[in-house]
Order: sequence, then C-alpha cells, then structure tokens
Amino acid sequence: MRTAAQLIYFSSVSNNTHRFVEKLRLPQGQAARLPLHTSDDTLEATEPFVLILPTYGANGGKGSVPKQVIKFLNVESNRKLLRGVIGAGNTNFHESYCIAGDIVAAKCGVPHLYRFELMGTTEDVSRVHKGLEEFWKQQSSLSAA
Amino acid sequence: MTTSAEAPTSSSLLSHVEAINWNRLQDEKDGEVWNRLVNNFWLPEKVPVSNDVQSWATLTEEEKVLTMRVFTGLTLLDTIQGTVGAVALIPHSLTQHEEAVLTNIAFMESVHAKSYSSIFSTLCSTKEIDEAFRWSKENPNLQRKAQIVMDYYHGGDGLKKRVASTILESFLFYSGFYLPMHWSSRAKLTNTADIIRLIIRDEAVHGYYIGYKYQRALEQETPERREELKAYTYDLLFELYENEIQYTADLYDGVGLTEDVKKFLHYNANKALMNLGYEAMFPSEVTNVNPAILSALSPNADENHDFFSGSGSSYVIGKAVETEDDDWDF
Repeated sequence: MRTAAQLIYFSSVSNNTHRFVEKLRLPQGQAARLPLHTSDDTLEATEPFVLILPTYGANGGKGSVPKQVIKFLNVESNRKLLRGVIGAGNTNFHESYCIAGDIVAAKCGVPHLYRFELMGTTEDVSRVHKGLEEFWKQQSSLSAA
Repeated sequence: MTTSAEAPTSSSLLSHVEAINWNRLQDEKDGEVWNRLVNNFWLPEKVPVSNDVQSWATLTEEEKVLTMRVFTGLTLLDTIQGTVGAVALIPHSLTQHEEAVLTNIAFMESVHAKSYSSIFSTLCSTKEIDEAFRWSKENPNLQRKAQIVMDYYHGGDGLKKRVASTILESFLFYSGFYLPMHWSSRAKLTNTADIIRLIIRDEAVHGYYIGYKYQRALEQETPERREELKAYTYDLLFELYENEIQYTADLYDGVGLTEDVKKFLHYNANKALMNLGYEAMFPSEVTNVNPAILSALSPNADENHDFFSGSGSSYVIGKAVETEDDDWDF
C-alpha cells in the first residue's frame, strides 16, 4: 500500500506507540501504521517521513529493531525518504532505552529526534507535535535553498 | 495465528489440562515476551558484588542501615510477587501460553528475592542482616503496603489482581530502587547497582506484560465494569501512593533525600498507569527526576538526547546511506 504520510510508525498489539500517535491528532492520512505481521505487504512511502519505532528491552540491542520495520526499510525507496526517527521505550532498559531508534538512525544517517516512554505523557505529545512542525519547516527551507 | 483474546482456558488447574502447543499461539505477545524473558535470564552469582566491599566500608553507619532496610523491603515485595502474586494470576490467564509466561515471571521474582540475600552475605554481618529483616517485619508502612496488595491477590477478581500486580511491578519497588541508583551516581556500590538494574529491567517486562493482559481482559468487560476498574485503579494507586510517601519518609528523612525520592515515585506511578493503558496522573512539575538518578537508570535519557529541544542550527537534512538487505539482518 502506498502512503504519503509524514509519520510512519510501528506499534505491536500492545498499542502503546499507536496511542501516542493518536494523541498527536494529526490530520487524516498524515500518520500510517506498519502492518502487524511480516507476512503482510509492507507500506510504500511516497513522501519524506519520520519513523516512530518502539524498543522492548532486548539484551544489548541484538534483535531490537522490530522485523516489520526491517521489512519496511529493506525497500530502498522507503529508506531514501526517511528523514528522522523517534524512539519509544522504557528507561528501565538502561543502555537499551530506545536502542532500536539509535540503530536505525545510525544505519540510515538520520537524526534520532526524540525519545519517549510507553505511550508518552502530555508533555511528550506537545513537544513532538511542535518539534515535528519545526522539523518539516527546516527540511523544506533547507531543500529549497 | 490470531491476535484475539480468547476466553479463559483454565479456571482450575486440576480439572482439565491440555498439552500446551507453542506452535499455535492465540496471542503472539505470549511468544514474544517468553523469548524476551528467557534471553534476559540472569543469576546474581554472575555479578562480582564482592568488588563493592571497599565501597561499602566508605558508607556511614546510617547509610549502611538505610541500604539494608531498603533491600529487605525489596526482598519482601519480590517474595510476595514470586510466591503469591504471579502465581495468583495463573488461574485467570487468557491463554495457556500466558500461564507458562507467568511461571517464568514467578521464578524470576524468586531469583530477585534471593539476589538481595546474596548482596547481604557479601557485604554485611549476620547480626546486621537479622536486624534489617527484623525492621522490615516491624515497619508498619512496609507491612501495610504488603497487606494491601496481598488482600487483592487473595480476592477473586482477576482484573483487580492484574492491576495490583502491575502497580507492584511498576511503582511499589521504586522507593527502594532509588537508593542503589543514588549510590551508583556517586560511583558507590556499582556492582550492586548492576544487579538492581537487571531487576529493574525484568520488572519493566513484567509490568508491561501483566498490564497488557489486563487491557486484553478488559476488552471483554461491559462499559460499566470498565469504568469501575478504571476508578479502582486510580483509587488503589492513590492509597498505595499515600502509604509510600510515609514509607519513603521513614527511610529517607534521616539522609535528607525524601523529596528527591518522591519525584522518582511520581515518575514511576505514571509509568505504572501507562502500563495499564491509562493516562499519566502526575504533572511534569513533580516528575522531574534528579538527572543523576535518571542517568544511573539509563545513560541516554537526558536532554542531550532530545534533538527537538536543541537550537535550530543543529538541524540537518537526513540523508539515507545505501544499505544492502543483509545489513538489516540484526
């Protein structure tokens, strides 16, 4: 499925990340959720986007990036449109806090813009909302220059 | 494979038992969490706590007594969770695989409880240890928090048990977890802190999983009952919170850390609520955990890791690098 959403995210059946995205109250079509199962066809991004992905506390980072996200980023055209990453997680995981976000950011050479825990607090929601608005403004002025 | 929650598979363990088939999961989260817990398995004997002996000697008598009391309090909670809490949830499981995951959780709680004894035997004398255990039996606020949780574990309401269990895993431990993080931030008892971090990591998975199962079970309830349980959750958390404030003062007033611990309590109470699918209760003004404590918990949780709060000049256009498919084989 093709999507022009500026925000693409993975959320497992726990729906924590999904709840966070709902709280952002983005306009219709501006957020797209990756399929729950790797057996499903992944999304095809058509516009630059930011990816939100959770970390569930793996041991030392191995196996931290959800397979559904790997499948999505294995599509070269998706990778080329990735502009930034937002990580979800839990500080209880020590050095592995949001490590899936670190791994993808390093691999794709994009900034890890923000980290939040579980489904995010009200403050996280407003900071990401404002942060993303400014980020996209910067992106469009930089690419026009 | 389906993700729908199914009716309870066993209301009584003895009446009817089917062989568990891990090749047919009703809830994929069971398999995922089982694997995570197994991969995270650890034993206290692997951590060289004896390297903390010198550091222990630098603590004042008051600090030593405080540390031992904190650890006996944590031992009590882990004992409850291992032998009563996690086991009490088994008859309410939504799937057979959940039953199996809960046995893993129960066992790990017993490992946690034992690891405090392993710290004690390395650092303290038998007399000091006995004295600390006696204190834990006699402190009314510690006993009260144990009693409140135990009452729900002995009750018949599976959803309320899950709430109590998630609050224990995600909130009640933290008045105790604060102290080893405090010592670690001052480069004291760092090996002990490593053990506590392993426990903290496990509790996060336990709270996440039990809270998730609570939400799945809640889906099968009427709107009235859901409202009742939501009100119950906030009431129970508040009741335990008030008791926790007293308990925190009993422990930390002497060293002047009570106010700092309270912020950590608020922060974790919010996370307990989120694990249950509810909105955070404490506003950010009272959850601003001391950065030294937060960084002892997770070195990459500070402001330096918030790109959005940086100055505009640090913004860069993200440019993707070429990668091959096998690069993504993590």
